[in-house]
Amino acid sequence: MAQTTARTGALAAPLRVDVESRPSASLWHDAWRRLRRNRAAVTGLVFIAFLFFIAATADVLAPYPYTAQNTAIVDQAPSAAHWFGTDELGRDLLSRLMRGARISLAVGIIVQVLILLIGVPVGAIAGYFGGKVDTLLMRIVDVMYSFPDLLLVIIVMTALRAATAQPDASGPLRALASADALFGGLLGVFVSLALISWLTVARLVRGQILSLKHKEFVTAATAMGASHTRIMRVHLIPNVLAPIIVAATFGIPRAIIIEAALSFIGLGVQAPETSWGVMILSGYNALQSHPHLLFFPAAALSLTVLAYNFFGDGLRDALDPWMKR
Amino acid sequence: MAHYVARRVLLLIPVLLAVYTITFFLFQLTPGGPWAKEKPLPRQVIAALNAKYGIDRPLSVQYVTYLTNAVTRLDLGPSYKQTSRTVTEIIAQFFPFSIVLGLTAMALALLLGIPLGIISALRHNTLMDYAAMFFAGIGVSVPTFVIGPILVYLLAVKAGLLPTGGAPTGGALVLLEPHNWKYVLMPALTLSFAPLALLARYTRAAMLEVVRMDYIRTARSKGLKERLVVHRHALKNALIPVVTVAGVLLAEILVGSFYVEFVFNWPGIGRYFVTSVSNRDYPVLMGVTLLFAGLVAVMNLIVDLAYAYLDPRIRYR
Repeated sequence: MAQTTARTGALAAPLRVDVESRPSASLWHDAWRRLRRNRAAVTGLVFIAFLFFIAATADVLAPYPYTAQNTAIVDQAPSAAHWFGTDELGRDLLSRLMRGARISLAVGIIVQVLILLIGVPVGAIAGYFGGKVDTLLMRIVDVMYSFPDLLLVIIVMTALRAATAQPDASGPLRALASADALFGGLLGVFVSLALISWLTVARLVRGQILSLKHKEFVTAATAMGASHTRIMRVHLIPNVLAPIIVAATFGIPRAIIIEAALSFIGLGVQAPETSWGVMILSGYNALQSHPHLLFFPAAALSLTVLAYNFFGDGLRDALDPWMKR
Repeated sequence: MAHYVARRVLLLIPVLLAVYTITFFLFQLTPGGPWAKEKPLPRQVIAALNAKYGIDRPLSVQYVTYLTNAVTRLDLGPSYKQTSRTVTEIIAQFFPFSIVLGLTAMALALLLGIPLGIISALRHNTLMDYAAMFFAGIGVSVPTFVIGPILVYLLAVKAGLLPTGGAPTGGALVLLEPHNWKYVLMPALTLSFAPLALLARYTRAAMLEVVRMDYIRTARSKGLKERLVVHRHALKNALIPVVTVAGVLLAEILVGSFYVEFVFNWPGIGRYFVTSVSNRDYPVLMGVTLLFAGLVAVMNLIVDLAYAYLDPRIRYR
């Protein structure tokens, strides 16, 4: 925080000159400028970009197929041929880590998209219309909040998995089953995580809209005959985008951790698909003799979460400099 | 105040009812049923089982029966897996282990987290502050199921100081005997990590907020010793908002216990829940969910009441 004080101190003196010379900039320009100066956030962003690159090119760049087993080279320490060593079935750890990056990143992004699709409309409707709609929606949110989230995830996932595992599944169930297979059995994780995590976004959006809806620009839009949908879409939601983006950024590492955790206790991704959680488990089982099997996936997961948290912190400070603590 | 308490207590009922309803219907929607094993059972056996567990009766009857049994006799029905035992008995066997672990972790988090937060607020922007917040940042970012194995590696495999996991035989009460601290320490430490980091960050923020207040400047300017200013004026007011995270802390510990019990092979209810998922033991899943939801709801209630008591402005909102 010393940096912060120093920065504001430095800004205070030449401010008067600055105001005239500075070109007009939008919120996003300003935010980007502030974000670029935040070293931790930029490091996080670079790391995340690197991970996305790895995940996208995993099939091409990986030195070995992630499922290729070789009993002659079981549990090997890192070497020139296998940079990160091999696991208990002789599979290349680096190739498996690259594959795992794909799952972790996908979970983070897909879950956030689902959350925004539910949370933003619910929060906006509750905040904008108020009254009975608001009371009802917020009661639902209150009730869902008291649900221990991991339990709800597991229950929804169990139900969904049982439903799609039916051999005689037909129609929508069959579609669900094939979608589930596409994500390595993680569809349940996506859906259930989204179903419990939209609450925070809904509350956030509602609060913001409540404070905005009596502002003059909304009254002006109403006076010009704009419809409710138009006011929400054009005038209100764009104004609450900044806090939504920040919340979504912080939500991504949370989803990544929960997926890894579920895979770790054996309830997440299904073999042959792999994920960092699965790899952490097999590393843990080999802890006595081959600690590197734990080290690499644990480091990958922790660094990813840390990178997202750093980036999120930077984004929050950049988008809302007054909120800075 | 009495009116406020009554209203908040009554609000528990719809919350728990909703949790029950959601869980109940989720399991009803789940196809296959509990007897869909690899080799199909004879039809008469299935009919007999259905009759025993009451799932041949209409849904509305099942819904009401379970609820009345649960409320009036604390009876959560029989388990599908351990057919001779009730869910209540299973919870009574495993839950005490989780309670010992959870309370120890909670105590560790409070005893270490709050002082850590206070120190880094008082030494704001010093190396001490940065080190503490870096530590807290790790606690928030590195999940329990990574910290656990790392501790096992360092303290058990390398140093050989503590057992890698497990619990002494002879029921949860044995854990309270002093020589068994070895079994409790590492899992409890792992479990306390996230809440500890959360508490430290929260206390620090609250403390920084308070020390900027006018009354702190007044206290200092009238010549009070720094220790008195901190203890009597700053700390008391800083800890009020910290109370509000107690509910979050409990939720952290409940959720974390699933992984910690799994990592350390701890015979608690979290680990049993995880095995029940693979066994499709729905009554156990339902019972534990209701138990945990009840715990979180009651904790939130206590937090709200404590907050209203500590900060009278809340009551009039």
